[in-house]
Amino acid sequence: MKQVLRTYRYFLALMAFDLVVLALYPQAGVTVFRKTASNFLQMLSVLPPIFILLGLLEVWVPREAIIRFVGEGSGLVGIVLSLFLGAAAAGPLYGAFPVAATMLRKGAKFSNVMVLLYSWSTLKLPMFLFETSALGAQFSVTRMLINIPGVIVMAWLTSRLIPYAEQEAIYQKHLLTTTT
Amino acid sequence: MDVFTLALYIVAAAGLVYSAARDKTKTKKALRIAWKSFSNILPDFSVVLALVGIMLTFLTPGMISTVLGRASGIWGMLLASVVGSITLIPGFVAFPLAKSLLDYGAGVPQIAVFISTLMMVGFVTAPMEIKFFNRRETIIRNGLSFAFSFLVAAVMGMVIR
Repeated sequence: MKQVLRTYRYFLALMAFDLVVLALYPQAGVTVFRKTASNFLQMLSVLPPIFILLGLLEVWVPREAIIRFVGEGSGLVGIVLSLFLGAAAAGPLYGAFPVAATMLRKGAKFSNVMVLLYSWSTLKLPMFLFETSALGAQFSVTRMLINIPGVIVMAWLTSRLIPYAEQEAIYQKHLLTTTT
Repeated sequence: MDVFTLALYIVAAAGLVYSAARDKTKTKKALRIAWKSFSNILPDFSVVLALVGIMLTFLTPGMISTVLGRASGIWGMLLASVVGSITLIPGFVAFPLAKSLLDYGAGVPQIAVFISTLMMVGFVTAPMEIKFFNRRETIIRNGLSFAFSFLVAAVMGMVIR
């Protein structure tokens, strides 16, 4: 119980803040709780299949396969696969973090994990039709055409700017937390 | 639920059934891993979601449109980028909001920088990102994304009238 309280202390502090808002400004307070609840519902609707797929990937896909396709020396294939994996993903950026962790644990190349992260954040194929209908094809197509090279260049730059030792430390962090 | 989320569910369910048919123990292990990694990040998730709930209450779409609708030029872009970096709005809210901003008279570069920072730069998710990667990665990725959003905006401003 004490452990749970400790783990969720920041969340509980925010809930306390929300309760104060509710007491002082009932209308805004109701909105806060309604928005927070709808955020949770949205997250709970997107995340379960992602985590189930990650679990299945963890037990069924051998490390060697991940290394071959997106690992060191996977070249253009690795970049393209990571780009597609990120672009096909639904859900906001924070959903990419556990996916990236699994990729790192399975031996994906650091720059390819960065490609995944950048492409997940901005390429958003599931949102493409929606973006097109809201803002027009000129807007969405132009944005996508700048984003594809942008994602690759930024991923390359990011992995160049992070010292090798730090990259190793990040790999170690995820290897140590292997979930068994 | 949108088509893609539905597709994700179908793929996950099919994978689970196939996996269970082939190996029950492995499937159980997969589910245990899924649950464990989910419950590991739930504390951080709940903080992000609660913060976003507060933001969406006090930073209403109407308020964003008044501020950005009137703003123009580089200041409008700067303002749009700051608002975009701090807030975290789901795409199906962000795109219609961007459309209404355009209708209010905001320029394409402002909207492009807003959408781009909204999706790429995560102020509230930074602590989570530091935990998953490290401080340097978080600063570099968010910093590059921030700068890149202006490049995107400049190109889009030139391409679209």
